Amino acid sequence: MLTRLPLFPESASTMAGRVDALFFFLLGFSVLLSLLIFILIIGFSIKYRRRASNEIGASIGGSLRLETLWIVIPFLLSMVMFAWGADLYISIRQPPPQALEIFVVAKQWMWKLQHPEGQMEINELHVPLGRDIQLTMTSEDVIHDFFVPAFRVKADVLPGRYTTIWFHATKPGRYHLFCAQYCGTNHAQMGGWVEVMEPAAFEFWLAGGTAEESMAEAGARLFQQFACANCHRPSGQGRGPSLVGLYGSQVRLQEGETVLVDNDYLRESILTPRAKIAAGYEPVMPVFQGLVNEQQVLQLIAYIKSLASPPPVAEQQRSELPSQ
Amino acid sequence: MSTAPTAEVVRREENYLNVSYGIRSWLLTTDHKRIALLYLASVTVFFFLGGVFAVLIRLNLFTPTGDLVSAATYNKLFTMHGVVMIFFFLIPSIPAVLGNFLIPLMIGAKDLAFPRLNLASWYLFNMGGLIVLYSILSGGIDTGWTFYTPFSSVYSNTHVVSTIFGIFIAGFSSILTGLNFIVTIHTMRAPGMTWFRLPLFVWTHYATSLIFVLGTPVIAITLALVAAERLFHLGIFNPALGGDPLLFQHLFWFYSHPAVYIMVLPAMGVTTELITTFARKKLFGYSFVAAASLAIAVIGFLVWGHHMFVAGQSAYAAMIFSLLSYLVAIPSAVKVFNWTATLYKGSVSWATPMLYGLGFIGLFVMGGLTGLFLAALGVDVHVHDTYFVVAHFHYIMVGGAVMGYLGGLHYWWPKISGRLYPEALARFAAIVLFIGFNLTFFPQFILGYLGMPRRYHAYPPEFQVLNVLSTAGASILAIGYLLPMAYFIWSMRYGPAAGPNPWPATGLEWLTPSPPPPHNFDETPTVTWEPYDFPNRPDLKYPSPVVAVRQLGPTPQEE
Repeated sequence: MLTRLPLFPESASTMAGRVDALFFFLLGFSVLLSLLIFILIIGFSIKYRRRASNEIGASIGGSLRLETLWIVIPFLLSMVMFAWGADLYISIRQPPPQALEIFVVAKQWMWKLQHPEGQMEINELHVPLGRDIQLTMTSEDVIHDFFVPAFRVKADVLPGRYTTIWFHATKPGRYHLFCAQYCGTNHAQMGGWVEVMEPAAFEFWLAGGTAEESMAEAGARLFQQFACANCHRPSGQGRGPSLVGLYGSQVRLQEGETVLVDNDYLRESILTPRAKIAAGYEPVMPVFQGLVNEQQVLQLIAYIKSLASPPPVAEQQRSELPSQ
Repeated sequence: MSTAPTAEVVRREENYLNVSYGIRSWLLTTDHKRIALLYLASVTVFFFLGGVFAVLIRLNLFTPTGDLVSAATYNKLFTMHGVVMIFFFLIPSIPAVLGNFLIPLMIGAKDLAFPRLNLASWYLFNMGGLIVLYSILSGGIDTGWTFYTPFSSVYSNTHVVSTIFGIFIAGFSSILTGLNFIVTIHTMRAPGMTWFRLPLFVWTHYATSLIFVLGTPVIAITLALVAAERLFHLGIFNPALGGDPLLFQHLFWFYSHPAVYIMVLPAMGVTTELITTFARKKLFGYSFVAAASLAIAVIGFLVWGHHMFVAGQSAYAAMIFSLLSYLVAIPSAVKVFNWTATLYKGSVSWATPMLYGLGFIGLFVMGGLTGLFLAALGVDVHVHDTYFVVAHFHYIMVGGAVMGYLGGLHYWWPKISGRLYPEALARFAAIVLFIGFNLTFFPQFILGYLGMPRRYHAYPPEFQVLNVLSTAGASILAIGYLLPMAYFIWSMRYGPAAGPNPWPATGLEWLTPSPPPPHNFDETPTVTWEPYDFPNRPDLKYPSPVVAVRQLGPTPQEE
């Protein structure tokens, strides 16, 4: 796999081919335009080179027609590039609805990854071939960036919020994982590998792990441990709203606006509950900032997700896997 | 036109260099030409300092394991390379040296509007520079020149606040210089020097000055906020304190993207002068080139978000910024096409400044076209924060801005020093620079698309060959920079006298002796001609008395 002088990166995701196609379009355009300009410049410089020391150039002031031409044509071509690039970007930014969700916590200078089943990894990510994989990522300290060149995807990983990235691996193998956002002393060491495995091999790998509980189970345990259940009763009769069926729904807030219950909203509601108060409830929930770490927040979210009906997508999919 | 020949004939003994002697006469001067030379000395020192950092960076990357320096040292090196080169060389280089020297001469004025403010700018610049030097000597800074939060405001253990303070102070010198240029260009133009008779060099400096005045306060405030968060733990950018790290990036790039145009617009102005003088031809599409400068300055303020396509901003914001980034590319393209068209049916000389001018166009085209890759959202996701970006902006900053600066320095050196540099050696140096530059930075495009992230102290072994090529190129480039430094110094003493207008060229600066007298012109010139109008300038002295106009077919329509 490692040649001494690689000139083009490996392509191992569905996105790679699409990114490369636009890249080659831009490359073709650039080569043609620079050749045109270089040939004209060099050609004019030779053809009209000064032959007598007192020679002067022709008296030409400009041409409105030419100016219009070389404003309008580049503009139209650039709009093609814009539209193509934007279309691709929307695909990159929008994870498919049924994607398998893996959670990533970055810190100086390591990647901590956790599968829904509870399997944890550091600086290595095992994923199955041929599945849509979505990473939900946050950072414990500074800004990092999750970058897998072979998949042509990257996204900054920020403290205090979730960012996502998704890919669909098409070729088994080991691919570089880099931190692409400068994050301090050992930035260059903050990398690892993404290992794309055949689905059966992946199942085998997953079963061989040491995970004692899934992320949702760990979240349920934390839910009891922090006595969340005292208020958030399934019946809805508690001091806080019921969390059953909550994930993905719209919640009305005190001020009258509504908000979508997603990872970011749940994270904020756990760490700083007073930021947004659900209508009909008192702001009595204690602040959990500093009491739970990023990983635990993700586990709590996984648990709340598992309370949503229908049963969590990821687990449902995972159980279907071996039949592929 | 009447005054032009007389101003040329009278060769006075007294000029701005020999009018007085002694260190006080320089440090307390209010002559824009002397202040330009003071800036020349300052930015040259910073250029070599930044260059030393660059050499150490490239040497470290010779091996994949980064054996020369430690990771912590490497991070400081690239940070200080960026800080010194951007804030203390590229931003002031052309405006504060060539702009300072030439704008009053080009518009027929005796000095800038506020000569003492001009001297104060130089002192502020050096004060800022000394504070940054202090930060470097006392241990350096490792945040990257971009100072991203919360790393810079919370986590870095290096000299962030003092470095920021130095940049903050130097920023005032930019603001004052910009103000000075704007007022001067508005109020001090000689009789007949209408806006559309201004050399393009003046137009681009006008556009640059607008960015200086409007943009620099924003970076000053932003950096002050970083310092406030670092010193007083105010929650501005740190999410743990309720701040927003992306807010920093928005504020930072609101200045720092236009700052790219601060660096490249003046170089475009220089290139326009070089192309017209050495093709001995009117600029093709003068009004389009002038308007393009202003369009770049204005639209340039609206594209900052293209630095944040993968940073977590909304997809819709990203699309707007991508669209605007394509729009700002159009006026740059217009300039390139007009320069190319200017060569058509010209009388093209291959003198050293022209080699830099043509080199600028070539490298700027490559830097600009690779900018289209970065503006394309889907492709930027892959190449963002890789060596592709490093290569792209070095093509613009070094291939563009530094080539323009050196081209301008060669072109106006006879005016500045009164002497000619050795032409053959200078051409050789220009070619060495061009080759060294491409060998250094072209491999970095390939490295970037392969996925090598920037700011890496060590890298996977398969990237070594391309890195070695880049390092080899850098050593050639270094020779290319040392040569002009040597022969410029040599020529100050031993170069043949240049005469007032050696090329000859059409600007007002060439009507006065070289070096110019302290007050530039004995008599304020009156302008009766269009810019770059060689056929209608009988006062220009060509080496032979007969002026041969290249015979043409039908004259294309005038706009």
